[in-house]
Formats: sequence, C-alpha cells, structure tokens
Amino acid sequence: MNFNVEEIRKDFPILNKKIYNKPLVYLDNGATTQKPAVVIDRVHQFYSQFNSSIHRGVHYLSEQATEEYEKARKTVQRFINAKHDYEIIFTSGTTGSINGLAFSFGEKYVHKGDEIIITEMEHHANIVPWQMLCERKEAQLKILPFNNKGDLEIEKLNNLISDKTKLISVTYVSNALGTINPVKDIIDLAHKQNIPVLIDGAQAIQHISIDVQELDCDFFVFSGHKMYGPTGIGILYGKENWLENLPPFQGGGDMVDVVTFEKTTFNALPFKFEAGTTNYIGAIGMAEALHYIENTGIHSINKHEEEILGYATHNLEIIGGITMYGTSEKKSSIISFLINGIHQYDAGMVLDKMGIAVRTGTHCAQPVMQHFNIDGTIRVSIGLYNNKSDVDRLCEGIIKVKEMFS
Amino acid sequence: METLNQIQDQIVNEFILYDDWMDRYQYLIELSNDLPIINPKFKTNEYLINGCQSKVWLNAEFDESKGVIILTADSDAIITKGIIALLVRVLSNRSPEEIMNADLYFIDKIGLKQNLSPTRSNGLLSMIKQIKLYAIAYHAKMNK
Repeated sequence: MNFNVEEIRKDFPILNKKIYNKPLVYLDNGATTQKPAVVIDRVHQFYSQFNSSIHRGVHYLSEQATEEYEKARKTVQRFINAKHDYEIIFTSGTTGSINGLAFSFGEKYVHKGDEIIITEMEHHANIVPWQMLCERKEAQLKILPFNNKGDLEIEKLNNLISDKTKLISVTYVSNALGTINPVKDIIDLAHKQNIPVLIDGAQAIQHISIDVQELDCDFFVFSGHKMYGPTGIGILYGKENWLENLPPFQGGGDMVDVVTFEKTTFNALPFKFEAGTTNYIGAIGMAEALHYIENTGIHSINKHEEEILGYATHNLEIIGGITMYGTSEKKSSIISFLINGIHQYDAGMVLDKMGIAVRTGTHCAQPVMQHFNIDGTIRVSIGLYNNKSDVDRLCEGIIKVKEMFS
Repeated sequence: METLNQIQDQIVNEFILYDDWMDRYQYLIELSNDLPIINPKFKTNEYLINGCQSKVWLNAEFDESKGVIILTADSDAIITKGIIALLVRVLSNRSPEEIMNADLYFIDKIGLKQNLSPTRSNGLLSMIKQIKLYAIAYHAKMNK
C-alpha cells in the first residue's frame, strides 16, 4: 500500500488544532502519540453501546464486552506474533508491566546476593522497579554502559554476567538517545547461560516490526498510548513457561479460582495476572490502534519515519551550533540535542509559543544525562504523521531561539 | 515607596504593551539582565531550589535596620531568570509580614501562570514557597 503522509494526517483530528494561533507541530511522540479518529470513535462507540464489566455477567452486554476484550488480546498476540493469546497480559502500561514483573519475578527467583543487569540508557521505569527489588532482596543491580555515540558496550556484557545473574532487562530503543539496541544479540548471549531477558519495547513497538518468537525474548512490554492507542493500557508479554510459574503480582477479583479464608487458588493464564476490573475499554481501543498500524503497514511507517528522521537530522546539522546526543548508526525516530549556549527550557518555551511541541528535560532517563554531564536535552520524537513541513517549522523555531538568546 | 501591589500593577501595565508572546519573552530576557547578581558563594547546593526543567538559586537576608528581607537569586535558564527578576522586584525589600500576606496576582495577569504550575517543575513555585518560609521564619524571630 502507498504511504501518503498527507492522507494519514487527516486521520488525526488533533493535528488540525491551532496552538497560539499557529498550526500544531507535534514532535513529542516519544512521550505520547496522538490518536486516529478510528480509535477515538471505537472508545466512544464502546462506551455508548457495549459497556459492561467483562468476565462477570451472564447478560448480553457483558458477554459482548468480554468477547471484544478477548478479541483485543488476540489482536495483540498477532501483532507481536506471540505463540498463545494467554501469553498476553493487559496491564496499565509499560511501567505497570515492569513493576508487576519485577515484583513477581523477584518474589520467586531473586535472593540475597543475586544480580539483575540493566543498561545505562534505561528509562526510569526500567531502573527503579529493579532497584526496589534489589533493596527488598539484598540483590545487586549491574549496569551495562553505553559509549559516547549512544551505543551499548555490548562486548562488556559477557563479563557482567555471572552465575548470580537472574535476569537482564534492556530497552529496545532508547527514549533519550534513539539508539536501536542489538537486543537479539543480547537475548542469544543471555540464553546461552539460561538467563531470561525482558525487552522494554515502549519506544520500539510503534516504529519497528516485532516478532517475539523470532526475538526469543522471555518478556516484552509496551504501552498503548505510545502507539496511537488510549492511555492507561499496556502489555506484559511473557513466555508461557515463565508466566505459568510466576506468582501473581496483584490479588483481587477475576484472578482467583477458589477463595476461602484459609487459602486461595489462582485462575489460569492470563487471568491470574489481571486482578480486578481491567481497563477493558483501553484494551479494545488499543486493538483498534493496532488495526490502524496493520492497515497502514509497519514497514511503510518505518520507512517514512526514517526519511523524516534523516531529513530532520540533516537540517539541524545545517543550522549549526547544535550538539547531538545519541549519534548511533542505528537510530529510530528520536533526536536529542542542545542548542549550544542556550538552556533547553528556554528553547522549549519559545518553541511552544510557535506551536511546536517538543520535550525538554531529562526524559525520565537521568543516568543518560549524567553520562554526558548535562542537565537535559531538547527531544524531538517523530510519529507516522510527521512530515517535512513539521521539520521545516521546527528548524525555523530553532533559528528564532538562537536569535533571541544569543 | 510603592506598595507591593502597586509594583504588581506596574508590571501588569508593562506587559500589556506586548501582545505577542515573542515580545513578552524578549522583555523577560531583558529583565533577566537586571536581576541583582547573587553572590557566587550562594550558588551552591545549599541555596539551590531544584526543578527538573531549570535550576534556581535563592538567598534571603534580613536587614534589621529597615526590617525588610533582601532577596537575590539566579537561574540557569534565562526565561526563568526573567520571571525571578519580576518576583524579586515585587517581593524584595519588603517586610516579612508583607511577603507572608502577598497575593501574587500579577503572574496570572501577564500570562505566565503556566510557569508556576507544580508540574512545570522549573523551580519557580518552590522558590515562592521558600521566600514565604523565610518570611515566616524572620517574622517569628522578630516577634520573639
């Protein structure tokens, strides 16, 4: 199918909005993406016509809602090519998935003196839950560093792994640098020593075709809202064998089999991990977003975004006086930079008033900023609807910022 | 000497002249140059009000002969510094009681309210809280 960005833009109502009387240029897709009308309509339609609690009632609406929710699970399964639909757990998002897993995995498998490996470029959501676990269990967190280009020093991984290593958790794409990590190599290396690997796919799933069976990762997590779906919904994928053996991370309704005050037995997968009334409307909206991506074609999206990334990188270099953070050969959709001598907050404030949405600050990845000894960056993150005109407006904005503050 | 609210009204009138955001920011950039320089010895972590977006350093000293608090401050971001210059203009050289009771309505009126939202995390909101805490402390000390 032909990818036509101008046609795509028509699918996203918010892109018609004027900000301070200027057409919106939305380049903060790494934080959250805008929603196509089909997703908004689906959520609206569901609330107005089908809303009912899932897995509960015998009545018509409840059955309908349950069916749609389970169909959403199958859509996610297909999208990441999981082997079974019950390997797909609905959570509140990437953060929820990692926290849940860190608790569950930690309770069962991590003991005093054990080690967890993460990397220096993780989002706080893939640092703090492991730190909390390590504190609880008196385990140790080990860090795989990256070099000044923003590439992981993968050759150091082997030395970092020991017989105490219980799990490796690594991001597929860095939210602060844009680096696409060689996760397949990491997984293969870890598996040689029987160490499971979690992949944080929050910044990958909307840009790169994902096949969890081909990757052979043990866990894969991502959020709905960063892939054109609703907020408050996300996925924890886990291989059946792991999920079967892990204890639930929350107790409550729907996740149980038999409850007495003496003992509770748990429900089967995936329900064991979905306590309480889940965000079923989020799940259904997310499935709609996945359909949208499938219909557009992830490879077409990837190709288009690469073109915009290249165009933006090139044009920022032409402006000059800009320092880039994250210059890996393998990058996806994110440009992190500073305008020399100008505070990122000042730049962000002025760009905002020109209708240009970027993110400034540490991007919830303070260790990345510490690596470069900076307080933050300006981050431009591209989505499927961004066009060259967005980049041109950004460049005009940066030139204006340079005029004002120099 | 003008009252605290007269100064606020002056600022509001100055900003009315600028209907374009870029002009307002340009004016804040100019104001940032007027900020009384904070003694470098106060630009340490002890005087730092940390925001995730920008940093603010604040020092408050009590002038016993006049019974007023003298504020000096700085920021690493220029627009933040410009807003600090306005806050210092309104709140410095005021008695602890005046500061404690100050209703800083000018910020909203000149359209900079978003800069003081708790989520903005640029240090400004914490700076105002800190100034008020200094005022409360000096007020208590005076009335001992």
